[in-house]
Amino acid sequence: MSAIIKAEHLSYSYPADEDNPPVKALRDVSFEIEEGSFVAVLGHNGCGKSTLAKLLCMILVPDEGRLYINGKEMTDDSVTDEDIYDARRRVGMVFQNPDNQLVATIVEEDVAFGCENLGIPSEKIRKRVDSALDTVGMRKYARHATHRLSGGQKQRIAIAGVIAMRRKCIIFDESTAMLDPKGRKEVMDTILRLNREEGITVIHITHYMNEATLADRVLVMNEGSIIMDGTPGEVFSGAESLWAAGLDVPQTTELLWNMRKAGYKVRLDIFDPEECAAEIVSAMKEREALNGNS
Amino acid sequence: MKADIAFGQYCEGSSFLHRLDPRWKIIFALLYIVALFLAKSIFAFALILVSIVLLVAVSGIRPRILLSGLRPLILIISFTAIINIFWLKGETLLVDFLFINIYLEGLINALLIILRVCVLVMGTSIILTYTTTPIALTDGIEQLLSPLAKIKVPVHEFSMMMTIALRFIPTLIEETDKIMSAQKARGSDFSQGSLVKRAKALIPILVPLFISAFRRAEDLATAMECRCYTGGKGRTRMNVLHSTWRDMVMLLCICAFFAGIILLNIYAPGYRFSM
Repeated sequence: MSAIIKAEHLSYSYPADEDNPPVKALRDVSFEIEEGSFVAVLGHNGCGKSTLAKLLCMILVPDEGRLYINGKEMTDDSVTDEDIYDARRRVGMVFQNPDNQLVATIVEEDVAFGCENLGIPSEKIRKRVDSALDTVGMRKYARHATHRLSGGQKQRIAIAGVIAMRRKCIIFDESTAMLDPKGRKEVMDTILRLNREEGITVIHITHYMNEATLADRVLVMNEGSIIMDGTPGEVFSGAESLWAAGLDVPQTTELLWNMRKAGYKVRLDIFDPEECAAEIVSAMKEREALNGNS
Repeated sequence: MKADIAFGQYCEGSSFLHRLDPRWKIIFALLYIVALFLAKSIFAFALILVSIVLLVAVSGIRPRILLSGLRPLILIISFTAIINIFWLKGETLLVDFLFINIYLEGLINALLIILRVCVLVMGTSIILTYTTTPIALTDGIEQLLSPLAKIKVPVHEFSMMMTIALRFIPTLIEETDKIMSAQKARGSDFSQGSLVKRAKALIPILVPLFISAFRRAEDLATAMECRCYTGGKGRTRMNVLHSTWRDMVMLLCICAFFAGIILLNIYAPGYRFSM
């Protein structure tokens, strides 16, 4: 496995405007994203998550540090516009507000938009659009008006637009934040399927802890730096550091953490409610057996 | 419901007219308008009447929708009609009551003006807006004007602006509704008071609407950039416009109509329209 994205010591500050001093949004951030992995990025508002996403899509240019996409350095002075377009062909982004990222009024026209920009011949676009709509399960809405769709459906259209461009890596910038639970589930199912079945690298920026538990790896950001990096189990076991960073932990972890504090011997890295219940039952039985013996 | 108004112009369908190439449709509509204004003889007007009946029949659009489309014109139509009826002098006096003189010619003129305006509006909207999606129309305009790009007219940019504007109409209407409800919940009143007062009540709606529109615009620009949008250069389209036999048939019909109007004007002047 090679790294599709590699960041070394990235820093970024938003320039000062009339009455505000410059805001340091990212401080010395380094990480690598393996191809085909599913990485969740957690952090409270204003911790630099979205800035990071914009750097990875080259909407913003870092002040310091190096960024490699698919092995090519993008922070070099010799990088041309062509290189940037080339990198954007590999890394796509789905945004938070489903209404603000759809360009066309008809579903299939919107999915085609990216491919049209790449200058792909029309018959090929047709095929790609159809298969992308199949992948997100929206084929029967191909001729519908985009504004009549639900939030979850709009996000799936946005995802279809990204995969029609055959991107290897998709960044979801809080794409589930504005959706209702049903829409969120639709989008999460689609994200998981893309990652597991199509092998697309996913970077999922989110506020929802239970979404982060589905990832292979979790990055936790605070004040513009990465403070934790590991599997969901590793990261959420350190519940105290997360709380200190103003974040929540999954409800199961919180429950188990409190159980452990009360003296029960339980694991913390369980995110499935059923498994969690089983763990608690066995811990309580163990305790009872101990009490019975003494 | 409100959001439907913006697109209410287009009637879903698959009629002969729906399937025409939007580029040709724009040309047809222009030809039709010119033909309408060339009509002088009363027989030419009869032909116009036939043509609109045919258009309605072929489009399959319910006449009720078409008539409701004429509603905004009632004021203009009645105004011109009244002027014609009361002020136009002719030879045959119909009514002579105090200072009111109504002549037959005035009456006929008024009727023909009403006919012309109604057919103008109905005909062009059947050919264009009712049977063409706004997007197809924009595409058509872009391609028809594309030769202008050679003299540095930003044709693609204009059509992109149109597309995005169309795309955001329902979103912004929804947003206006939301802001209005929010302001009503805070005690604003938009429906009472003098005109000035009501106009002032709109400011608290417009300000947040503009702010949010700018934010949306910025978001959309980022999203478009992320999707490799770099302007019109090197861009292809998924749906390429094709002219088919249908367009040729329609072209023949329109030309025949055009010729018919001119011939009737020359050889069957009958009653000559005087305006």
